[in-house]
Amino acid sequence: MYAFTYERPKNVDEAVKLLKKAKDGKILAGGQTLLPAMKLRLASPDTIVDLSRVKGLSGIKASSKAVTIGALTKHIEVMGSAEVQKSIPALAHLASLIGDPAVRNRGTIGGSLANNDPSADYPAAALGLGATIKTNKRELPADKFFKGLFETALAGDEIIESVSFPVPEKAGYEKFPNPASRFALVGVFVSKSKDGVRVAVTGAGEGGVFRVKEMETALAKDFSAKAIEGIKVPAKNMIADIHGTAEYRAHLIGVMARRAVAAAK
Amino acid sequence: MPTVTVTVNGKSHAVDVAPETLLVELLREKLRLTGTHVGCDTSQCGACVVHVDGAAVKSCTMLAMSADGASVTTIEGLANGGSLHPMQEAFREHHGLQCGFCTPGMIMSAVDIVNRKGSELDEQTIREELEGNICRCTGYHNIVKAVGAGAKAMKGGGKSARAAE
Amino acid sequence: MSATGIGAAVRRKEDQRFITGTANYTSDISRPGEVRAWFVRSPHAHATIKKIDTKAAEKMPGVVAVLTGADLANDKIGGLICGWAITSKDGSPMKMGAHPAIAADKVRCVGDQVAVVLAETLNQARDAAEKVKVDYAVLPSVVDPAKATAKGAPQIHDVAPNNQIYDWHIGDKNATDAAFASAKHVTKLEIVNNRLVPNAIEPRAAIAEYDQGNDALTLWNTSQNPHVARLVISAFIGMAPEHKLRVIAPDVGGGFGSKIFIYPEEVVALWAARRVKRPVKWVSDRSEAFLTDAHGRDHVTHAELALDADGKITGLRVRTIANLGAYMSTFSSSVPTYLYATLLSGQYAIPNIYAEVEAVYTNTAPVDAYRGAGRPEATFVVERLVEVAARELGIDPAELRRKNFVKSFPHQTPVIMAYDAGDYDASLTKAMEMVDYRNFGKRKAESERKGKLRGIGFSTYIEACGIAPSQAVGSLGAGVGLWESAEVRVNPTGSVEILTGSHSHGQGHETTFAQLVSERLGVPIETVSVVHGDTDKVQFGMGTYGSRSGAVGMSAISKALDKIEDKAKKVAGYMMEASADDIEFKDGKFTVKGTDKSVGWGDVTLNAYVAHKFTGGQLEPGLKEGAFYDPTNFTFPAGCHIAEVEIDPETGKTTIANWVAVDDFGVIINPMIVEGQVHGGIAQGVGQALLEGASYNADGQLITGSFMDYAMPRAGDLPSFKVDTTMTKCPSNPLGIKGCGEAGAIASPAALINAITNAVGHENVPMPATPGTVWKAAQRAVMKKAAE
Repeated sequence: MYAFTYERPKNVDEAVKLLKKAKDGKILAGGQTLLPAMKLRLASPDTIVDLSRVKGLSGIKASSKAVTIGALTKHIEVMGSAEVQKSIPALAHLASLIGDPAVRNRGTIGGSLANNDPSADYPAAALGLGATIKTNKRELPADKFFKGLFETALAGDEIIESVSFPVPEKAGYEKFPNPASRFALVGVFVSKSKDGVRVAVTGAGEGGVFRVKEMETALAKDFSAKAIEGIKVPAKNMIADIHGTAEYRAHLIGVMARRAVAAAK
Repeated sequence: MPTVTVTVNGKSHAVDVAPETLLVELLREKLRLTGTHVGCDTSQCGACVVHVDGAAVKSCTMLAMSADGASVTTIEGLANGGSLHPMQEAFREHHGLQCGFCTPGMIMSAVDIVNRKGSELDEQTIREELEGNICRCTGYHNIVKAVGAGAKAMKGGGKSARAAE
Repeated sequence: MSATGIGAAVRRKEDQRFITGTANYTSDISRPGEVRAWFVRSPHAHATIKKIDTKAAEKMPGVVAVLTGADLANDKIGGLICGWAITSKDGSPMKMGAHPAIAADKVRCVGDQVAVVLAETLNQARDAAEKVKVDYAVLPSVVDPAKATAKGAPQIHDVAPNNQIYDWHIGDKNATDAAFASAKHVTKLEIVNNRLVPNAIEPRAAIAEYDQGNDALTLWNTSQNPHVARLVISAFIGMAPEHKLRVIAPDVGGGFGSKIFIYPEEVVALWAARRVKRPVKWVSDRSEAFLTDAHGRDHVTHAELALDADGKITGLRVRTIANLGAYMSTFSSSVPTYLYATLLSGQYAIPNIYAEVEAVYTNTAPVDAYRGAGRPEATFVVERLVEVAARELGIDPAELRRKNFVKSFPHQTPVIMAYDAGDYDASLTKAMEMVDYRNFGKRKAESERKGKLRGIGFSTYIEACGIAPSQAVGSLGAGVGLWESAEVRVNPTGSVEILTGSHSHGQGHETTFAQLVSERLGVPIETVSVVHGDTDKVQFGMGTYGSRSGAVGMSAISKALDKIEDKAKKVAGYMMEASADDIEFKDGKFTVKGTDKSVGWGDVTLNAYVAHKFTGGQLEPGLKEGAFYDPTNFTFPAGCHIAEVEIDPETGKTTIANWVAVDDFGVIINPMIVEGQVHGGIAQGVGQALLEGASYNADGQLITGSFMDYAMPRAGDLPSFKVDTTMTKCPSNPLGIKGCGEAGAIASPAALINAITNAVGHENVPMPATPGTVWKAAQRAVMKKAAE
């Protein structure tokens, strides 16, 4: 790792000041993506702003309308939360599929969303449920938050404080893991609510997480696996690598979407 | 250099570290607790798993500074005095190790599984929960057996199992 | 059988330190005043080095020295060598290119070391390494072995025109061609045996220390054979005289072959330690391991099997291109030749075999022995051919195998090997019972009802272990003898120290070797210690690889124990005033035949040392004996693995539904440890067949450079295995042991691919059979079915 200055602010304002002051400041949440990148010398921030002592960024609040999760809430807390399991079981299920137990003990929802890895799970949930991301500056709908590979709408001194997921009538998440990294080769999150149906795909798109409108339209009419059987996602713009061709990923989107619909509750 | 204050295996330490020091480096190089191993640089192999405030973490993917004020248990702190932790004993009894390099992380993860999931673990659960620990020697067959048996034994000897934490 | 003797599932003595975190691996060692080493490595697969500027790096904080290949050459440190000479068809010797420990003029693969930085801390060394300016002229590169000898391919070593290292053959070409000409049926396969990265979980490491007062060097390293390392580093690299170099391989975290070899980094560490007069510590990280550990396999093969009208195999013909990478690693040349083509007869009586092997350089990491080394490649060729032939002929694959098994022993194959003992039908029959072969059809129908495909595949493998006799391997080009040494030191109080040339890095020698002593001397295993891995403590030995520690290493101990027993009987004779010939030794007690006069083990050992009962003229005091054991033949472990898979045709995911292994390892010392070896071997073979594959892009960049892209088998990828044994004693060593370390990795890839191809209904499933690959293959099956 390159040397850096370590800061541990007590509140968000202080953190923002430190980020502004730094030449290349990075926020440390759970560190499960940032630290490996720094170890491999792929990231070289001059300042690390560790949010672990900032109060109020962790925890889960549920109402009949929405589940709101603090940015520093760990994956293990989301998967184990009785409220999440009751209101949006697909979200708890998704959290249980991230990384491995030790990673889930450290990794956070805010860190995952801010990083926007094209194979990460949470972006699928955020987009698939139409979540709202609340930062120290504004509230951003998921549809406007994700901007491509590892790119989000966040400004350099903007910090995610919480994420609010509307409670759907039904939702499901199916993930086909990459055999090596265990990130999603393809993950599909589907939800049905009074605002409509959402189908969000992670792992497959060259531009990161995306929605499949054709499936959404079909599912809005008939929320069943059968309804999307004939829909083929084009292989264009799909990731192609040693783990799967673009055609294979496109095909898997259909399979995972059907299974997610079938499993939705 | 900032100072990190951390309790390791029940003993408090105040250590000056460069900010880029990882928890595993603090343990291995500063405290000379070399039972915690490093087997990869992408946070996958799990040879470095320790418990921080009772939860399994990959000590290669946590800054030493982040452990400030925390209580850390390593493989060296698992046995209660002269008697082995039931999970350690189970790994020996069921030949859950060969070269031994992944073993400390494997055992620390196994204890964490039992702490979270209880002492009655079926094979599938154990295999899924060991996702983050790679072994190249055993084919996992005997590790799975050891974890299942260790879990049952921890129920009987639960107190000594948790004593260090 | 005693509770701790031969055949007992004794719990391992060495486990205490491993389960309590108190083991001592190389990277755990820290020497006072040590500096950390970090290598500057080539980012290019092929380039000439125009200039190296180290000035900026030298000025970085904490830097002690920055050394280059020019410095190494100035100090006359020699390059690395390959120790097995192979002669081409035309009689010419293999073309071994120079392999300097630090490249000076040219780099030949990504990761080739071009400089080393020594600094007070690792981070300082890494920071400074980034300031070393290397001016490269990038050359075109080649990574595909099938393209390496093509016209216009980039020339990697001047000494090897067209990148050809050797073009070797074995067997009778004319007779084999004739067998094919008259064959009733010929089965042909194109096979790629995928390149693997060994990935022992402990990365390689080295610490070197220079003792100025004695002008001596000590090296702690992650080695499977410290004496061989010392010999090569001394005699060929010229680092120091052998008696001034001590090599210690402490606890070693897995090897699988990759830690047999002599590597540049340990050579550089020794040289640098002497230059800077401080201990030098180098620990590989995983990314470096991917780039620099010797890889395994990487064959491209065309294979053919000839059969007559009765389904009898009449000939086998193979042409293989073997990728040896950018440099010839320590034993690389032997792997695709004498460890591969000599096993092409499999378990079958095949009258005619002809194999040609062309070894080539490419701009990739060196390739050398990896668990099984040549024998997995041979088994894959033979067992795929036989399975496919059975399918083509409409014969049950088990039946076709049975029809062609070697049934009488000894059996001379057309490719050197003389099989000495075995019962191949017994292991096949037992495995078929264990897998419930009879009801496979029912299980397949059940899977189909769930929309899944199900397949079953056999692999009846044979391997040759305990690679020796030395005279024989010498005649085949080996630069070393392949015997093993042992010394048995009995202390006055009766405890026993075994000094062995074998090296344990997971195999449990501290337990199994003690079991042998316990069995022979009737002493508790707690009173036996096994000393290994230190050239200052242990007499010269050959180390552990090729499943040789039981068959060869323990045989040496057994021979030394014979001498101990003889000597102890003499001591006992003097104690009881009887002739040594009249002394019986059993269960730790010496008895005068036909009397009730006896003395115990401890009395005899003490008397051997106090020497009060005999004069120096009658008997030398003491009780310590050594032996060197050179086998009279290879050993031939064999068996049958059956894999049963269920495939989700929608995703291509393969689930192993059932795995049965029945092996004949001869006499087994500790069944618990042997089963563990089988499990681990199967996992590595499953890894090869389903998950693992090192992949370079056209520019020679390793795409699978970390666990993020190189899929290692996890617990969830594997089932519990059903493992059993059959037994025919190995006639060529005193213990009847055949060896068990590699069998699983040798047998399993063919079983798994046979099962998958059986499930999808056609043969085109390359390894690794990833979900994407199997999905594509399954689509063909689904479409075929739809068309019907």
